[in-house]
Amino acid sequence: MSFLSVDNLQVRFSDTVTVGPVSLGIERGEVLALLGPSGSGKTTLLRMLAGFETPDSGRVLVEGEDVTGVPPATRRFGMVFQHYALFPHLNVGENVAFGLAKGTERDAQVVEALGLVDLAGFERRKVQELSGGQQQRVALARALAPHPRVLLLDEPLSNLDPSLRERTRRELREVIGRVGITTVFVTHEQEEAFDLGDRVAVLNAGTLEQLATPDQVYDAPASLFVATFVGRANVLKGSGALAFGGEAGEALVIRPEHFRLVTGPGVAGVVRERRFTGASAYLQVEIASGVRVEVLAEPRSAQVGDQVTLAAARKTVFPS
Amino acid sequence: MRKRSSSGLLLTILLAWLVLYPVLIVAADAGHASAIHAFVSRGTEWSALWASCWISVLSVVLAALIGIPLAFLFEWFEFPGRKLLGSLIALPAVLPPLVGVIAFLFLYGESGFVARGLQYVLGFQQAPWRLQGAGAILLVHAYSMYVYFYLFTRAGLAKVDAAMIEAAHALGAGRWRTLFRVTLPLLRPSLAGATLLTFMTALGSFSAPYVFGGGFRVMPTQIVASRLNGEDALAMVETVALALLALIGLVVLRRTEGDAGVVSLGKGAAPQRRVIRTPLARVTATVTGWALAVVLLLPHLTLILVSLVPYATWTTEAFPPVLNLDNYRRLLEEPTRLAPLVNSLWMAVVSTAGAVVLALAAGWMVVRRRARLSKIIEALVALPWALPGTVFAIALATTFSVMKPLEARWVLIGTAAILPLAYLVRNIPVTGRAILAGYRQLDPAFDEAAASLGAGRWETFRRVSLPLLSPALMAGASLAFVAALGDFVTSVVLYTYDTRPISMEILSSLRLNEIGVAAAFGVVLMVVSAVVLAIGARR
Repeated sequence: MSFLSVDNLQVRFSDTVTVGPVSLGIERGEVLALLGPSGSGKTTLLRMLAGFETPDSGRVLVEGEDVTGVPPATRRFGMVFQHYALFPHLNVGENVAFGLAKGTERDAQVVEALGLVDLAGFERRKVQELSGGQQQRVALARALAPHPRVLLLDEPLSNLDPSLRERTRRELREVIGRVGITTVFVTHEQEEAFDLGDRVAVLNAGTLEQLATPDQVYDAPASLFVATFVGRANVLKGSGALAFGGEAGEALVIRPEHFRLVTGPGVAGVVRERRFTGASAYLQVEIASGVRVEVLAEPRSAQVGDQVTLAAARKTVFPS
Repeated sequence: MRKRSSSGLLLTILLAWLVLYPVLIVAADAGHASAIHAFVSRGTEWSALWASCWISVLSVVLAALIGIPLAFLFEWFEFPGRKLLGSLIALPAVLPPLVGVIAFLFLYGESGFVARGLQYVLGFQQAPWRLQGAGAILLVHAYSMYVYFYLFTRAGLAKVDAAMIEAAHALGAGRWRTLFRVTLPLLRPSLAGATLLTFMTALGSFSAPYVFGGGFRVMPTQIVASRLNGEDALAMVETVALALLALIGLVVLRRTEGDAGVVSLGKGAAPQRRVIRTPLARVTATVTGWALAVVLLLPHLTLILVSLVPYATWTTEAFPPVLNLDNYRRLLEEPTRLAPLVNSLWMAVVSTAGAVVLALAAGWMVVRRRARLSKIIEALVALPWALPGTVFAIALATTFSVMKPLEARWVLIGTAAILPLAYLVRNIPVTGRAILAGYRQLDPAFDEAAASLGAGRWETFRRVSLPLLSPALMAGASLAFVAALGDFVTSVVLYTYDTRPISMEILSSLRLNEIGVAAAFGVVLMVVSAVVLAIGARR
């Protein structure tokens, strides 16, 4: 039995828009990433876990206890909102203390929570005076202070400058690890999902496409959608698929780094574009009229106009 | 789920009982054939209806002619004293209607300062004019309502993207062409808003026609006159006619608003203010500005001056010979003078509190719960704004003059409850609009954050929503309080001696020729209103 289970959870917004049914289990202390494009239902799923969205059917269980009908206020799930939702009329300390019971220990709990996110001594600051990264950490401290059973994060890094994102991500991973709390977070960025998540749940159009470790999701995508949404991928159908050993009615997925430029037998093509990134180069190779593939190659292996021969070191096959 | 719909339904019924039911009762009671016949066949009725129309339209024109150029002057040009003058110019908004009217009386009336001064200087035997009739009404309207055009136009100009004007210039359009083809079209929603507000205010205006009208009647004064003559059925027909006129005006003017989206397209900054550099133009602008401010402030100053004139000390002199604080002392020491002050204060507090509570409930239902009745609740909240105060006064007087508990009607007329109730009904749109807007700007994530931290519904409201709504709440409450404190139009129909408000005391003081006391009451109203509005505008 998982610590947190989602059992056939489903909500219907209209005849065409439905999220679920989704079932998944999360172990105690595990970090799960909900990854998907916008409109895939990942935020809805998170809000159903938090209790802000009422499912039409299915259950949410914590250690076997059914919490589906438990209102957010008594569910004891901590949440960090996309834009943090720090109360502007309260200072940092008052924000963190909001979910704590009145009493002699409250101040000590605030100090502890702020220390956890490396903001010791920030109690009296106004939230408007903080940088984006600091606001994010206050939101995290506020959510963690009442010692929730589960931590939920809605796009925790999307509101930050790209330059800040990587550092904040590292800090976030560290805090979650130190607390050891069961965590579910939503993101549309594969890098974030892979970096923070012990496992990744890939969602598309309201359904769960795959639930696996980042390595498995990348190396053994469960569907054509997962293969193309996670990482860069060439999808070859028809003559292109046949050229690389596929059969009729199959779609081949080959990642750019799995192509090799070879001298022996292979698929011939012409380099049409070259995008130099420093450590390597992405080549657009035309293997037949109108069929181009992206190849990750050594920086100086080919120039635009060169004739090259390609072989695929790995490929994944899906029904077309 | 069931609780959700039942509390929404309860609020809808309560609002409908307050703002719609009384109007419907008047409409039903107005269906007397003889009263309708009297209304249709009497020439005086038609002329009052017609007077209401053209006075309102002319008030809009005059207010626009003063307010719009002023707005351009203060928004686009920089000259010494611009900031101070810019806010002084909005001061007529602080004068409750009746106070503004008596200030005008003391200043420009036949025994006012200007007339006396002219008499003294030119040696006239009699006052050179009488401040009466349509002209006097229009003068007061223009003075008190240009503020709407001034404020709306300035707000609109501040939002106009400078790049749009520069683009017009770059495309070869001259200054005038740019003004008429770009700037004014961009201002259309602001101007339409000011037009609507001015028209509705002028249509419902009662104080100026009541004091200065003489034989000249508009619908609100005609209604009160009919009621005083005991022709209740006729008054109801007139009330329905005025209500219909207001609704027609509302519908017609709403159509001129155009697409508000036009303005939001531009995101850039407003144009830089042009500094007036040539010395002559600078002096002219400054002198004109200050002269204007003095003219606009004269009524306020007059009121203060007259409030310092003790009873029966000023007869034929051009300037009052004795000035002291005697009137204010009498205001506080004579129980019959103090009573109206206390009455107005408690009634304004109670009605404002009620209007705030209703507005909070409506905001919560409409914005947070998205109750199925949202549209209806919002319409009910806005309704009293669309109908002149006289309409509501007559409607409430009619509805609450009989004991029919089964029809949700009780005898409230003659009790202390009727005036606070009337103020409450009239102020629902004021607090409602402010708090609905406040709720709409409030990120629902704040509520959710509080809930996820363990706060229940009431605790979330008390600890999160209410503090965050407080600027909107204060703004709405201060406007409502000031309106209730200075109310004249509903009070004149509904007041009882025991709960007589300040406005009625001003009127009776004037009748007794106690102009000093009347002015002192006016000053108190003006100062309290200004202080309350200043508190409400603080962020």
